[in-house]
Amino acid sequence: MAVHGPVVKIHPVVLASIADSYERRNEGASRVIGTLLGTIDKHSVEVTNCFSVPHNESEDEVAVDMEFAKNMYELHKKVSPSEVIIGWYATGYDITEHSVLIHEYYSREAQNPIHLTVDTALQSNKMNIRAYVSAQMGVPGKTVGVMFTPLTVKYVYYDTERIGVDLLQRTRASPNRTNGLTSDLAQVGSAAGRIQEMLTTVLAYIEDVLSGKVMADNSVGRYLMDLVNKVPKIPAEDFESMLNSNINDLLMVTYLANLTQAQIALNEKLVVL
Amino acid sequence: MALSREPAAAAAAANSLDSAVKQIQIEGLVVLKIIKHYQEEGQGSEVVQGVLLGLVVDDRLEITNCFPFPQHTEDDADFDEVHYQMEMMRSLRHVNIDHLHVGWYQSTFYGSFVSRALLDSQFSYQHAIEESVVLVYDPIKTAQGSLSLKAYRLTPKLMEICKEKDFSSEGLKKANVGFESMFEEVPIVIRNSHLISVFLWELEDKSTVAEKHELLGLSSGSYLEKSLQMLMDRVDDMSQDIVKYNNYSRSLSKQQQQKHQYIQRRQQENAQRQSRGEPPLPEEDLSKLFKPPQAPPRMDTLLIAGQINTYCQTVKEFTAQNLGKLFMAEALQGHGS
Repeated sequence: MAVHGPVVKIHPVVLASIADSYERRNEGASRVIGTLLGTIDKHSVEVTNCFSVPHNESEDEVAVDMEFAKNMYELHKKVSPSEVIIGWYATGYDITEHSVLIHEYYSREAQNPIHLTVDTALQSNKMNIRAYVSAQMGVPGKTVGVMFTPLTVKYVYYDTERIGVDLLQRTRASPNRTNGLTSDLAQVGSAAGRIQEMLTTVLAYIEDVLSGKVMADNSVGRYLMDLVNKVPKIPAEDFESMLNSNINDLLMVTYLANLTQAQIALNEKLVVL
Repeated sequence: MALSREPAAAAAAANSLDSAVKQIQIEGLVVLKIIKHYQEEGQGSEVVQGVLLGLVVDDRLEITNCFPFPQHTEDDADFDEVHYQMEMMRSLRHVNIDHLHVGWYQSTFYGSFVSRALLDSQFSYQHAIEESVVLVYDPIKTAQGSLSLKAYRLTPKLMEICKEKDFSSEGLKKANVGFESMFEEVPIVIRNSHLISVFLWELEDKSTVAEKHELLGLSSGSYLEKSLQMLMDRVDDMSQDIVKYNNYSRSLSKQQQQKHQYIQRRQQENAQRQSRGEPPLPEEDLSKLFKPPQAPPRMDTLLIAGQINTYCQTVKEFTAQNLGKLFMAEALQGHGS
């Protein structure tokens, strides 16, 4: 299905925000809506921030607190002046008639607003995150309707965001979903452990191919060649000397740091005399 | 939420010697927001700041949300910080976000955050709200592979001193505050709700960017250089401060000597005059003649010492990591050759 229109790039902070505001919704509200902020490019829209807007929804009508939305946008603009309103989000699976009204409101604020749905009720056993843009449809002159056309959704991260998300991923493993921030050497240890796991998987695959259980795949073979060639072939003495000089540098720095600490402690004792 | 805070505050006031907060629990959302704020608005060596919101549960401080503070710009003179904060809190209350201030966060540049400004802000926060903390986020260290987020509080001893504003050396000696007992670090735990765990699974599935392995990169030169540079600058500051203090103590002792000599001369003269039968010279006010020199404030020294200590700690952590990585590289070569 060809998708026209801009690609939507979402940052993880937006989704975390949406999930959080869904968890804090008022009693009786079945879904939450809010504004999306971000930047617009030629072919893509990058969503970097969002905030929720209180609203009331019943069978026949929907009321959204517009004042609040405007206010919040002003406040946010003070912090990040480059972000503009690019659309809105709603939790829940389907698009209802109310969505059309809300979308109309947002078209007054932004040029071509994006509508994002996040399925927090996990109806299809997945958290479906979809984005839509509205398009006019119908016969001109007679009743004109609005159709929501889907767009591709991509996740993008800043580098530091990626590292933060990796840390958060590790909370999935623990029983009460917590994770402490480990000390530095332990982090190197755990990173090494992860690489070791990956290497064992690769080795298992190679064993399978060699014993004929799995068909050999040429592209994978090429990757493996690259991998093995990445370890540089340095003659032993050169490597030894490089290693030793580096280790010496680091040890010297550690020694100097310890010396400085001892020095200031001493100075303190002298002054207090 | 207000009700749950009362008993916690009462309990905290009861044991004022013990720190009120033993552990900090942060939601994943807060971590992401802080990272994003620095990334977008904090290029260069400027600090970005923001407020932390949450609640206190027993001896744990839970941080559930945060919002950033706009930068201080000169051309924005009529910007009212308090107004911004009030507006933000009021709006957040409408969407059921915890509106209790529990602290603030700040980004740091290569670990240099021990400053007068930080001390003052943290003191005013901790004075108003017993359990507040300052979260220090180091973006450059994070970009190297591991999230660097630390939570600090002022020790009760330092709080005492700040309250009395007695920064002279006698005051500090009395309270026995060294540079190591200025800040205390509180352990952090990150917690995610079930829903966010679901969304993390989905992210892992769909994301096109592979997991970053920055942590295992071997290049250490530039980071180490910069840190050591800052350390050297600080040590220079420290030595200047020490020279100033030495001058002060030298001039003080010289003045004492002069006072002594003056008193002795006076006594001699008076004895002579008495022997001649003349009335003795009037006692003059010594303090007017010999004005004591200004004692230099000791607080700056303490701060500089604390800062040097932090730098040394970070440098040592960094070198420990790198040593580990170098040994790993050696092992890899050993297999290859």
